[in-house]
Amino acid sequence: MSQPLTKKIEDRYYEEIRVRENEDGSELSILNLGPTHPATHGIFQNVLLMDGERIVDAESTVGYIHRAFEKIAENRPFYQITPLTDRMNYCSSPINNMGWWLTVEKLLNIEVPKRVQYMRVIVMELSRIADHLICNSILGVDSGAFTGFLHIFTYREHIYEIFEEISGARLTTNMGRIGGFERDWSDAAWAKINKFMAEFPDAWEEFDRLLTRNTIFMNRCINVGPLSVEKALQYGFTGPNLRAAGVDYDVRVAEPYCSYEDFEFDIPVGKTGDTYDRYMVRQQEVRESLKIIRQALAKMPKEGGYHADVPDYYLPPKQEVYNNMEALIYHFKIVMGEIPVPKGEVYSCVEGGNGELGFYLVSDGSRVPFRLHFRRPCFIYYQYYTEMIKGGYLSDAILILSSLNVIAGELDA
Amino acid sequence: MALTKEELLEKLTARYGEAIRTDEDSLDLPAVIIDRAKAHDLVKYLRDELGFNFLTTLCGMHYADSAPEQQFGVVYHIHNWIDNVRLRIKAFLPADNVAIDTMSDLYASANWQERETYDFYGIEFKGHPDLRRILNMDEMESFPMRKEFPMEDPGRTDKDDRYFGRVPQTNNVPNNELR
Repeated sequence: MSQPLTKKIEDRYYEEIRVRENEDGSELSILNLGPTHPATHGIFQNVLLMDGERIVDAESTVGYIHRAFEKIAENRPFYQITPLTDRMNYCSSPINNMGWWLTVEKLLNIEVPKRVQYMRVIVMELSRIADHLICNSILGVDSGAFTGFLHIFTYREHIYEIFEEISGARLTTNMGRIGGFERDWSDAAWAKINKFMAEFPDAWEEFDRLLTRNTIFMNRCINVGPLSVEKALQYGFTGPNLRAAGVDYDVRVAEPYCSYEDFEFDIPVGKTGDTYDRYMVRQQEVRESLKIIRQALAKMPKEGGYHADVPDYYLPPKQEVYNNMEALIYHFKIVMGEIPVPKGEVYSCVEGGNGELGFYLVSDGSRVPFRLHFRRPCFIYYQYYTEMIKGGYLSDAILILSSLNVIAGELDA
Repeated sequence: MALTKEELLEKLTARYGEAIRTDEDSLDLPAVIIDRAKAHDLVKYLRDELGFNFLTTLCGMHYADSAPEQQFGVVYHIHNWIDNVRLRIKAFLPADNVAIDTMSDLYASANWQERETYDFYGIEFKGHPDLRRILNMDEMESFPMRKEFPMEDPGRTDKDDRYFGRVPQTNNVPNNELR
């Protein structure tokens, strides 16, 4: 049986601490950052070997909120897996939900009406805005600027009100069904979206003026935690972090899903990949998202309903179930999992809040996946974090962590 | 000139011959099955010669119903960003020697993903710099994503796979033995 974890890491550094002594007689020390620390915004443990305020070496431990989603998913019918995806990147759960439905629809070969696709684009971009908004405003908080966060957080609330109007839930949305949405969006939902679109852009520019050219913020962020293109590719970075390093890879453009090819938008890229670049890329991506939503609202087809016509997979309306034999049969079959599922494997990905969110689904023809693997972007790039903080200050390590937008729920899945 | 799927598969067949075959299960991406001894060489060739610069994801598989020499598998998804071609690579591993060469020398991102695969399936990656458990606790002795690891209360009868289109598994499923 191995020793307790903390002991082991300390043992690893013990020799180094004993042997190495600085010229002025000072010694190295160990600092345990996390697992629960208010500045890490999630459950991350990093054991740091410190020389004064500088980090000499670091070791991260993950898995504190591991919930075995991949194992659970092997025992759940397709429609019961959405709640699991909610809890991965919980800052932008609708993107995860839609990513999952796109995967299932790819496996079942379902064509979704244009209107549903545009509605999905709207929710996904709204959640991207919510995700980037949290990340950038918290980055401000971590560098000491609380005002922007307090100001802009109202608008995340407004986004959540839209989600609530659409799906009934705010954070863990469990939105959508195979082939579309569970119900049509109400007039209130459309009104809230229009109100948000009218008010938010100004507020975002105000937030931008408050933080972006703030000298203290710039000094704290520029050249902190830079990321080269080579390292970014090696360590599997995707999403805004990769684009900040200067690579214009975006799943929405590389492999358009949900009719993203219908919209005009730019992919902002950075140069050095440092904290400030990551902040700036997110800042600009929010504007691009607004652009996409505006186009989607303008182009929204009147016809098309809110779901695909797939009675094998989409639950019939409740009134029908009580009065109509056929609907009752479909209802029963869907709930009991008697749906026709082909054998095979698909990989489908969407551009999540912090990178390429992929679903590798292996089906053996039964109602549950034989294997479902989530490509969780921050699990893959978080392994570079210890390299990034080496040699820097402790206070920079906090900033780098929050600018990477690492979400503990997604990291541990 | 952009690399097409047909060209890609042609090149791989010419280079590996018997050791490689196309994977019929794939419904979307071009997919190949490779001998596990050649897997590292294949990924290196793809990365260096054909521009597959990005390891998208890597995961383990447990085929509980397959023959003993195909009990386990590792699935790689790699992506060529220049020509925008994805490829799925599958390697089967026998039950008595669940090991394959590490890819962490080719893609640094494989490091933690291989640790995760080891953690859940007990697949050993030869040459991996630090093959420890990552998400589960170090004291754990089982490999929880293997099919024989029971997920729910084995006494439950309402979740019997037989009622839901899946053929009952014959070997090492405690659920059925208990009933």
